[in-house]
Order: sequence, then C-alpha cells, then structure tokens
Amino acid sequence: MKSAVVVFPGSNRERDMIAALEKISGHRPAVIWHGDHDLPKVDLIVIPGGFSYGDYLRSGAIAAREPIMDGIRREAERGVAVLGVCNGFQILCEAGLLPGVLMRNAGLRFICKEVELRVETTASAFTAGYSKGQVVRSPVAHGDGNYRADDETLARLKGEDRIAFRYISNPNGSIDDIAGILSEKRNILGMMPHPENLIEPLNGGLDGRPLFESALRAVA
Amino acid sequence: MKARVTVTLKNGVLDPQGKAIEGALGSLGFAGIGGVRQGKVFDIEIAGTDTEKAKAEVEAMAAKLLANTVIENYRVEIVG
Repeated sequence: MKSAVVVFPGSNRERDMIAALEKISGHRPAVIWHGDHDLPKVDLIVIPGGFSYGDYLRSGAIAAREPIMDGIRREAERGVAVLGVCNGFQILCEAGLLPGVLMRNAGLRFICKEVELRVETTASAFTAGYSKGQVVRSPVAHGDGNYRADDETLARLKGEDRIAFRYISNPNGSIDDIAGILSEKRNILGMMPHPENLIEPLNGGLDGRPLFESALRAVA
Repeated sequence: MKARVTVTLKNGVLDPQGKAIEGALGSLGFAGIGGVRQGKVFDIEIAGTDTEKAKAEVEAMAAKLLANTVIENYRVEIVG
C-alpha cells in the first residue's frame, strides 16, 4: 500500500502516523508538505493530528482552505482512501469533505487519556478488520473533539450507517457519542482518537492495527 | 474603508465557553444574567471606495472562511 501523510504548519502527530504506516504496510509513506502542489498517486492519504495554524480562527479552519486540499478532494472523489485523525478530522470537516464540525470539549478541558470505542460499522475499508459492536481501546488527546451536526445530518449519518466509532463513555460531549464518521462513499474516515498509537506491544496494545491492516487489504 | 464582521453561534448550538463566562460573571457578583454567548469580531481594512462592492467581497470572506456556517451566523457592516 502506498500512502501519503500531509503535514501542515503545526501538525505534530505525523511521526507516529508515519511510523505506524511504515510498520504495517512495509512502505514508508510519502510526506507531503502543505505547500506542495502535487499529490503522488497513493492508495491512502492521511491527515495527522496536531494544531495546524495554532488552531487559529477554528481548529482546522485555515488548513482546510489550503490548495493541497483541492488535490485531496480530487483523489477522494476518485475513491482513494482518506483518513483524518484528530486535527485531521477537524480539517476534513472544515473542508466540507465530512459533514458537521468539532467544537470545544463540553468540559472545556483538553483531554489526554485512553478511551474505549465501540465499532459501529464494518462496512468500510477502515473498519472491516473489526467486528460490529467490538469494543477497542484508543488514546485521545484533544481540546476540540465535541462533534456537532444538525438533526438532519445526524439522521443521515445514522440512516446511512456512517458512524464508524462511538465512545463507550463520552469524554467531550460529542453528539450521540460520535468518535468517528465516514463519508457518503465510505472512503473518507475522520476520527478524534489515535489508532496509530496502539499498533505494537510496546504501545501497550494492538487495537489500532486492524484499521490500517484492513485499509491495506482493501487496496491490495 | 473598514468592514466589521460579527460571527455569532447559531441558536441551539452549545457554547461551553459562554457558559463558563456566565459562571465567572455570576461569581463576580453580577446578578440577573440570563445567558452569555461568545462570538468573534473581525475588522477588515478594504482598499477602494465602492461600499457595495466591498460589502459583497467581505460577505464572501465571511461565508468562505471567517464563519463556519454549520454552527455560526455572520453579519457584515461597513463601519468607516
């Protein structure tokens, strides 16, 4: 699997993501600086976590309007898998590639801890490696993880089986306990938790591994 | 000329920061507060003298970047 990790000023979780992708796929991902105009042809594009542009204006708002996002939008329309984790999820929402928005945590505090997630659908390249209803562990580290969408959008997400993960115990006030959602074509996943941080025994668990392994299998 | 964009949260959107400010005002002894909603103000200097054109331009800025219309409303005024 060829992959690319897109880095903006203020991204800071790209190293973990690069290490996870390299370990699991056997190929070092291309690292794309936000100012680059050309995206290489890859099977998976990842926007990692961090604080792009210092979270100025709104989390992900400025990165979402960079020219590189047009390339990502084009690739996503071709069916290329796109994963946004944490700030990457915020950027995908701000760019309109996923619906809704991530607001300040309901408790106003930055949350850095491990949470449990329930896998809500296996119908995507990212979640096919889990079983429906499976509970997995994942670290979270965010201040703006409170997912919001209007009633109509939420009804669509539910009706179209596009909620990928829910929190078992909601840490941030996210509507309907949503931790991650899929795009209409199911090839874009945005999620606040960090699956890239639980991929080998040294991390303390392997719960994030199936996400990358099933994405890899889907393109193999 | 100067344009002012005021961005406010839509009704019904949870505003935890506004809630925290409301609590802080209460603890300072300000009584009778019915609610606090936090918003943003942007002052933008625009070249030229055509106010209609400037207003349309700033409306586009607000819709494209300054506000996230999923959760926010915006208002544009030419203020000087």
